Amino acid sequence: MILGRVAGEMYGTIKHPFYEGKKLLLIEKTAPDGTATGDYLIAVDSVGAGSGERVLVLDEGTGARQVLDSKDGPVRSVVVGIVDAVETDG
Amino acid sequence: MGRKGRSPVLLGRVIGSVVPCVVTPGLTGVPMLLVQPLDKELRPKGKVLVAADATRMAGPGELVSYEGGREAAMALDTTFVPVDHAIIAIVDGLNLIAREERG
Repeated sequence: MILGRVAGEMYGTIKHPFYEGKKLLLIEKTAPDGTATGDYLIAVDSVGAGSGERVLVLDEGTGARQVLDSKDGPVRSVVVGIVDAVETDG
Repeated sequence: MGRKGRSPVLLGRVIGSVVPCVVTPGLTGVPMLLVQPLDKELRPKGKVLVAADATRMAGPGELVSYEGGREAAMALDTTFVPVDHAIIAIVDGLNLIAREERG
């Protein structure tokens, strides 16, 4: 799983049927201290995360399909948690 | 962008199409488009790739989102096909919050 921050929302009318009605978030990847790494990904929301929030993103297909209750959905990244704080040693 | 062929869903710009004359059976009729990967500010980033169009409606100039890896083939009607990138949505817009707001 990776840490990220919701940078925005993506919307569009034409999409794969699996993504109908699903909220797609643009997630910028962050280091544990919250600084952006410059990389990003688009993930399906499963927890109701909003713009600016720090989130936990599951980036693995089988687990993602399990979370979204789908057998054959073409999905790999799902936002599975909203992060309050990250504690690191030192 | 992770390991080769295993990119998550990312943004791209369709810059052309590929017209194959012979394809693997499951890929007959599936549009193949040239996609320039973009960063989140929509600037070109990385090498142009060929993606199968799972929406079947994307065209040159359009902003799309595509995915890579195993999930790309799963987006197509025939799911067991040799495809490593597939367009899954045409992007109408992005609601990006400003960097200052993000804190």
